[in-house]
Amino acid sequence: MRSAGLSAHSGPVAVAAVAVSPDTALRAPALTAARLAVSRDLTLAFRRRSQLVQPLAFFVLVTLLFPLAISPELARLRSIAAGVLWVAALLASLLALEFLFRDDAQDGTLEQYALAGQSLTWLLFAKTLAHWLLTGLPLSMMAPIAALSLGVGAAALPGILVSMVVGTVTLSLIGALASALTLGMKRSGALLALLTLPLSLPVLIYGARATELAIAGNAYLAPLELLAALAVLAVTLAPLAAAAAVRISLE
Amino acid sequence: MNLRDSRAVFAKELQAENLHVWRADRHVLKGVGFVLPLGECLKVSGPNGAGKTTLLRTLCGLIFPEEGRVLADGEDVRADLRAFHASLMYLGHEAPLKADLTARENLRYWIGVRRALPGPALDGALARVGAGAWCDRLVRTLSAGQRRRVALAGLALMFTPLWLLDEPTTNLDTEGQRLAGELMAEQLARGGAIVVAAHQELPDTVRAARVLELAA
Repeated sequence: MRSAGLSAHSGPVAVAAVAVSPDTALRAPALTAARLAVSRDLTLAFRRRSQLVQPLAFFVLVTLLFPLAISPELARLRSIAAGVLWVAALLASLLALEFLFRDDAQDGTLEQYALAGQSLTWLLFAKTLAHWLLTGLPLSMMAPIAALSLGVGAAALPGILVSMVVGTVTLSLIGALASALTLGMKRSGALLALLTLPLSLPVLIYGARATELAIAGNAYLAPLELLAALAVLAVTLAPLAAAAAVRISLE
Repeated sequence: MNLRDSRAVFAKELQAENLHVWRADRHVLKGVGFVLPLGECLKVSGPNGAGKTTLLRTLCGLIFPEEGRVLADGEDVRADLRAFHASLMYLGHEAPLKADLTARENLRYWIGVRRALPGPALDGALARVGAGAWCDRLVRTLSAGQRRRVALAGLALMFTPLWLLDEPTTNLDTEGQRLAGELMAEQLARGGAIVVAAHQELPDTVRAARVLELAA
């Protein structure tokens, strides 16, 4: 299609025929825009794999430190497994946050998103979804494996996986809000943690509770439902707030 | 597509009314005003730090002015910023490109978020800016001038009524400058307006009927 220099002239002819068009016919539907925003971030992430692997490696390493520091006794490890998994997941997801908006703010991508004529809230939601696919989801997949190494029985693994999947959705959204708020700052690492951790406490409480119940072999639906409620709340509010924060940072 | 999306915000003119903008404790824009009918080009000039970029960012609604308004067809653009944004294209002095994507991928994601982008249109725009040979190379391996050409390809794909361009010809060779001029002339010919911040003379295909001189 771009074989000859001649094809250069098909462009201009088409261009001249089109009158200025504010939107309507040419405007990309919101769903297409979101799909492109997600696939852009996924493509970029797979070109820079080290950023992807770091939080995961961190998560595995932290969970492996506990048997060394406390005791290799499986019964004792099992009793602290839920807490260990969730604290490690929380810290690992924090690690991945710095990259969420930073590059896009620097190279002008966020600016173009804000001027795209699409809802910025929606585009940031898409970005956060990509971020969750790249960090929250792999962390959730890793959690059952880490749980096995902490002496948890195989019967508890589905419960751990489900509670992690639901919990990390909220963590990603809270993280998006916090990193949008710290966009204007040069070194935001510590502040990012200070903003994110208090907001994440409910996720930690209900997530660890659901996991604990799953490990003990009890019904864990109640805390799981509360986790899901938190996720719904975060999905509704966090992108709105993040969009407002991004607009302020662009000014 | 809902009704608001399909409403054309632009039919006649862009107007700036007594814009005052402060950056930290500096009074950058001191009562800037102009009227720009569609189909004409406004050149914004002035020394470094005179506020050319600030003016462009204020016009497109990224910066809220301390005083004054930006009007499209006499209506405050802040009444419906999203519709206004859908009818403008802003190109900053750095092209919004990702170093780890190819030129073609960059365009597909950047412009595709805004408009339906069939393959032939994309290929046409890339060929037009002379990127046919290197459009599948990562942007990190491209020169500054080539990146600028990718940005121009993005511009060629956006038929919005208003273009806001910040130094569009920097880093371009003579051929690239001619191309930029050609694109701008087409935009004017099809009835679009351009606000361009520039130090140098504009390419001679573009007649800037109006010039706005900002003082430092």
